[in-house]
Amino acid sequence: MSQIEMQGVEFSYRAQQDKALAGIDLKVEKGEFISVIGANGSGKSTLAKMMNVLLVPDKGSVTINGLTTSDPDNIWQIRQQVGMVFQNPDNQLVATLVEDDVAFGPENLALPTEVIRQRVDQALKTVGMDGYQSHPPHKLSGGQKQRVAIAGILAMLPDCIVLDEPTAMLDPMGRKEVLETISRLNREENITVVLITHFMEEAGLADRVVIMQEGRIRKTGSPREIFRDTGLIAEAGLDVPEVVALANQLRQQGLSLPEVMTADELVDSLC
Amino acid sequence: MLTDITIGQHIPGSSIIHRMDPRIKILVTLLMITILFFIDTFIGFLLFLLLVIIILLTARLPIKRVLRGLKPVFFLVILTLFLHLFLTRGGEVIWQWRFLRIEEAGVFTGFFMVSRILLLIMFTSILTLTTSPLELTDGIEYLLKPLARFGLPAGELAMMMTIALRFIPTLLEEAEKIMKAQKARGADFESGNIIQRAKALVPLLVPLFISAFRRADELALAMESRCYRGGTNRTRLHELKLKSSDIYLFLLAVGLAVAISFF
Amino acid sequence: MLIELKDIRHIYQLDDPVVALDGVNLEIERGEFLGLIGHTGSGKSTLVQLLNGLLKPSEGQVFFEGRDINSQEVELKEIRRRVGLVFQYPEHQLFEETVARDIAFGPKNAGLSEEEIENRVREALELVGLDYESFKDRSPFNLSGGQQRRIAIAGVLALKPEVLILDEPMAGLDPAGRRKLLELLIHLHRELEITVILISHRMEEIARLADRVLVMDRGKIVLQGRPAEVFTERERLKEIDLDLPVVTDILKKLEEKGLKVRTDIFALEEARDEILSALEKQSQFRESRPC
Ligand SMILES: Nc1ncnc2c1ncn2[C@@H]1O[C@H](COP(=O)(O)OP(=O)(O)OP(=O)(O)O)[C@@H](O)[C@H]1O
Ligand SMILES: Nc1ncnc2c1ncn2[C@@H]1O[C@H](COP(=O)(O)OP(=O)(O)OP(=O)(O)O)[C@@H](O)[C@H]1O
Ligand SMILES: [Mg+2]
Ligand SMILES: [Mg+2]
Repeated sequence: MSQIEMQGVEFSYRAQQDKALAGIDLKVEKGEFISVIGANGSGKSTLAKMMNVLLVPDKGSVTINGLTTSDPDNIWQIRQQVGMVFQNPDNQLVATLVEDDVAFGPENLALPTEVIRQRVDQALKTVGMDGYQSHPPHKLSGGQKQRVAIAGILAMLPDCIVLDEPTAMLDPMGRKEVLETISRLNREENITVVLITHFMEEAGLADRVVIMQEGRIRKTGSPREIFRDTGLIAEAGLDVPEVVALANQLRQQGLSLPEVMTADELVDSLC
Repeated sequence: MLTDITIGQHIPGSSIIHRMDPRIKILVTLLMITILFFIDTFIGFLLFLLLVIIILLTARLPIKRVLRGLKPVFFLVILTLFLHLFLTRGGEVIWQWRFLRIEEAGVFTGFFMVSRILLLIMFTSILTLTTSPLELTDGIEYLLKPLARFGLPAGELAMMMTIALRFIPTLLEEAEKIMKAQKARGADFESGNIIQRAKALVPLLVPLFISAFRRADELALAMESRCYRGGTNRTRLHELKLKSSDIYLFLLAVGLAVAISFF
Repeated sequence: MLIELKDIRHIYQLDDPVVALDGVNLEIERGEFLGLIGHTGSGKSTLVQLLNGLLKPSEGQVFFEGRDINSQEVELKEIRRRVGLVFQYPEHQLFEETVARDIAFGPKNAGLSEEEIENRVREALELVGLDYESFKDRSPFNLSGGQQRRIAIAGVLALKPEVLILDEPMAGLDPAGRRKLLELLIHLHRELEITVILISHRMEEIARLADRVLVMDRGKIVLQGRPAEVFTERERLKEIDLDLPVVTDILKKLEEKGLKVRTDIFALEEARDEILSALEKQSQFRESRPC
């Protein structure tokens, strides 16, 4: 059984409108890191909301660890298992103190005070925000806010985190902080990660990339496979990462190069 | 001006006032507001002001900030003052010019009303400045709990308040940003008569409301995805526990209130 | 000289005042394409808001064509018409019922005639690549995010500004949308000869587009020059937490490994050619496979 299983998922926001999701089949295994890319309006956020029962499919099924999302009895269990981080850090922080915000989830799970305390401190430590317990979140930088938001999810001990463009509003430093945190959680805590992004280099960090176009999955595969297919990338309104683009250019001129994703890999294969 | 509003802006700290149980703080504030409406002597107001100052100092709040919080009600205060000065009749005539006349009672009630408004705002600001919105709502929720059996959704109400408080600074910032963006397109918020000015606000208010709704929408999603399901059945990181010092402070406040109301 | 900033300091007066700009001097020529970079909170947004008088500097002066814009004689409205400013997420400021009316807001405030306004709206929409007839009567709120963004930019372009400032205009757009917007900027700069000031966190964009790059750190301009000059200062940029454009980074690393390449190149094709010719030279030298 995969951790997330979607079968024939269809969904539209309003009855007469075009389908936001038009038949999605996707499996995500425990501990996997996948990224989802696609043009504006291709259905990425809608897909993400399916994983957390913020939306349920009109047709088809979504199951999380074997629990189907269309059964209302499963909602709370699934939401504890799959956490979500959104784009705008200001719109997802509930409280006026960092620790109260991280505690929000565990409080909703009706855990005893001592357990909450311990989980809050642990989660803040994991994202490198220990010591900020009694800071007001609006005084933090964007990257720090997003890490607090991630801590708020971690405090619920989830199996999986879904992040919907968590770095879109951040500067390069903030982005780096958040991406490092995500990668570390995936590697060290074995948490499944679904990362939605418009930054192609970020997508390259994943084990597997999913390309969405007009409510469908156009292709999934390893970053190397995906970004090799430059025709498809262009068709889907996307780009390849700069490094890959340069490597492709060099290859076109007859240089034989292995597939590379990072600057260091490219440099090493050239020299 | 927009960023002057103090109500709803929390300044974290560790003074006695900050650490006081929010329930006690709310009760004391209510008590003091009630008292404020019974005071009708100069000494009473003076004592009350003294009390406010002592609390401000104990809480180590920046006095400037609290005073700035009074700016938005400045207009209301002036209006109240003038209405009373010129319209309240009684006692000796102090000043007269054609049909305008100020009488002794007007001066007194004017002064009292203004003092009441100012002290009321100051006292409530102390509550919100020293109490985190989450504590505040916990307190309110607790105090409203007895009403739950009459169908009052105490938990939800409390949550709504927290969020309102949490988003006031964000929305004020947003308002300032939208205003600048429209000014960059030549909008003029400052000149013209009242009707023109009201009309000029449309380009500010429409985006502001839309933004508030969008934020509310996103926040609701974020809360739901973190298992929020209404106010029931939640526990707290900070459970409210009355400390003995809370009881002492409460009794002290009651004592003071009684004392002040005697003057 | 089009714009000149002299000894600017800007302080936000809060409980604990924030010094957002501290001793900034800057001259901007007509027709330049200026790139503005710096990490978060370095003062970029504050700086650009001084240029059209949305903020008044706490100290120092801002000159537009030699006139101090904060003096009594100068009409700020005129300055704001000539210096257009597109804020971050500009679509959040849309408010009218139809696209055409929203774009007309600026020209209307400028007191133009009905006919002129309509022309301006038509031109602005076409500039941003949207068809006038099919978009003018639609509600801006029923459009996609990318379209809304372009409508909002059209709202500023309709004022026919001589200077266009954009504060991180690409955030949240997909790669295709970003490319379109970049093309628009290039068009505005090259064909319409508008002076452009672009704030961006993407070094590639800045390196490829700007004639001159300004690097800000803690309220000061700490580095400026042609992209080739600025982005070769790797150590200095690293100190203030900024990255190099990816291509520059690769060339630098090749150079460190002993391959003789120029490092002041930003376009992919040029970098490709540079690498190929360097490899060729090297293999001639060793008459074997690269390295
Ligand atoms: N709340 C909503 N009501 C109606 N339609 C919606 C709503 N949210 C999204 N849609 C529509 O559903 C489709 C898919 O939207 P979705 O938000 O999933 O796209 P996305 O891939 O996340 O785009 P982006 O990159 O802009 O975030 C779009 O056509 C969009 O207009
Ligand atoms: N309206 C404001 N009120 C108070 N302080 C402000 C305001 N705007 C900016 N600041 C402060 O001034 C400093 C410079 O901010 P500014 O917005 O100019 O930076 P920036 O370089 O644009 O950053 P970013 O990349 O995050 O947009 C920061 O410390 C910021 O907190
Ligand atoms: Mg989305
Ligand atoms: Mg900025």
